Amino acid sequence: MRELRNFLLNKSLHLMVWIGMIFVVVFSYVPMLGIIISFKQYRPVLGFMKSKWVGWDNFSLMLKLPDFYQVVTNTLVIAGLKLTIGFFVPIVFALLLNEVRLMWFKKTVQTFVYLPHFMSWVILGGILTNILSVNGGIVNNLLGWFGIDPIMFLGSNAWFRPVLIVSDIWKEFGFSMIVYLAALAGINPALYEAAVIDGANRWKQTLYVTLPGIVPIMALVATLSLGGILNAGFDQVFNLYNPIVYETGDIIDTYVYRMGLQQTQYSFATAVGLSKSLVSLILMAIAYRLAYKYANYRIF
Amino acid sequence: MEYTSPLRKLFLGFNYIFLLLTGLLCLLPFVHVLAQSFSSAVSIASREVTFWPVEFTTASYNLIFQESKLLTAMGVSVQRVLIGVAVNMLLTVLLAYPLAKEDQRFRGRTVYAWMLIFAMIFSGGLIPLYLVVNNLQLMDTLWALILPGAVPIYNVVLLLNFFRSLPKEIGESAFIDGAGHWRTLFRIYVPLSMPAIATLTLFSIVGHWNSWFDGIIFMNDPVNYPLSSYLQTVIIPIDITAINSIEDLGLISDRSLKDAQIIVGALPILAIYPFLQRFFVKGIILGSVKE
Repeated sequence: MRELRNFLLNKSLHLMVWIGMIFVVVFSYVPMLGIIISFKQYRPVLGFMKSKWVGWDNFSLMLKLPDFYQVVTNTLVIAGLKLTIGFFVPIVFALLLNEVRLMWFKKTVQTFVYLPHFMSWVILGGILTNILSVNGGIVNNLLGWFGIDPIMFLGSNAWFRPVLIVSDIWKEFGFSMIVYLAALAGINPALYEAAVIDGANRWKQTLYVTLPGIVPIMALVATLSLGGILNAGFDQVFNLYNPIVYETGDIIDTYVYRMGLQQTQYSFATAVGLSKSLVSLILMAIAYRLAYKYANYRIF
Repeated sequence: MEYTSPLRKLFLGFNYIFLLLTGLLCLLPFVHVLAQSFSSAVSIASREVTFWPVEFTTASYNLIFQESKLLTAMGVSVQRVLIGVAVNMLLTVLLAYPLAKEDQRFRGRTVYAWMLIFAMIFSGGLIPLYLVVNNLQLMDTLWALILPGAVPIYNVVLLLNFFRSLPKEIGESAFIDGAGHWRTLFRIYVPLSMPAIATLTLFSIVGHWNSWFDGIIFMNDPVNYPLSSYLQTVIIPIDITAINSIEDLGLISDRSLKDAQIIVGALPILAIYPFLQRFFVKGIILGSVKE
């Protein structure tokens, strides 16, 4: 009875929720049911129900293909390097920026470094292919002045991963820095005053006041980023890669796209995608659990 | 006055130079492309263009704007931003308000909230979504670009946390005075949250303008591509051949054309960037305001 009363009292609240939730159900939860096709041999002509049930076949096929191990390795290496290097760069940059006392200078630098974050990889991919081109790209022109032969950055398996990692950091380090700048601004000035009285110079202050002040947020960022270890950046890779660099640059997401929508192996691609989503989900659950337990982090 | 040692002065000097160079490094690729887009094919071919146009010309822009496909794509993008952002913001506000309630006040709130969070971190994947959109007959319509992302869950969480930081008494007193939930939301909460809502609106504009993948998979006919998808197909694929053939000179005049298209695609973001910058730092902090 009380449940019913609560429901009636709050019926406008339920209505508000469902106006939006209906889209989440249709476009997120219904597709989750669609993962059944990874256990079938889905053919569009036969439809969802009539396609043949094949059990684990798609998954065992996946585990037999050398391509699969290649894309998993690529994904882990690319995402892992992005996460580790992309973790330290914003911290160092925030600490250096924190030493700047000229406000206009600080603001200008911030304006410049945040900008790439708001551009899509279509735009940034276009810019990168332009400046990295062997045929008159400005980077190779510059290298030419030093007598270095043109490098096929986007057409060489030795260079493709470094390009991905550096350009990802170029896009995101400024934006990732914001949480640290906020944490730095939140450090109690009295701590610095006390340190000065105790005879600490700026370096010692950084070591014993500033760094401990941002360690909690560093730990939180590192923990939460664990969930992204299988996300090597579909948009970026898709806009930069080509068949020459599949060997080092093809990742799970681009592989799923090519298998599924280009080669129309719907069931196989869904099986690969599902495997990735499940592992990601588990990792993310662990990351959030850790963040909740040790940093009292809550999503809502 | 704090004593500054010579070593510290040296550090500060290097620090300023380093930060300035890094800042410029973020900006210069854009400047270079901008300069090339206004330069003649000959000066680009002779590799004279760095960060300022050489033999200034708007020929590339004249040519790309003669392409009716580009204008059509811009039209699609404008439509999708206008409708998509309106839908995004309405649903964000409608979801954030009830979910910001205490669990005791609004039973089911936690279940709903976890439904959203789960949808954010797990998905059925590309192909099942494609099949759903296909079965709903949304292919080649504007709605395929708007409805699948109608609820920006991350924004809902940010606004929800912002609503929670507002004093509860304000909403409660309005409620006791006879205002229902709808009125309380739109007359009290929304006006009080304008800075947060402005931030999320900007995020939503950027998101819709930049989205390109949904256009590629949900539009069979390229006439229906929004600008980002259109640019993706014209800028990227041609360059794949450029990588393979070092001696292809014909492509060089292509370069300024592509540059011009890149600039056209980036321009709206650059135009709202000053506003973005004013708000987004708040937006990031917004999510961390918790009791």
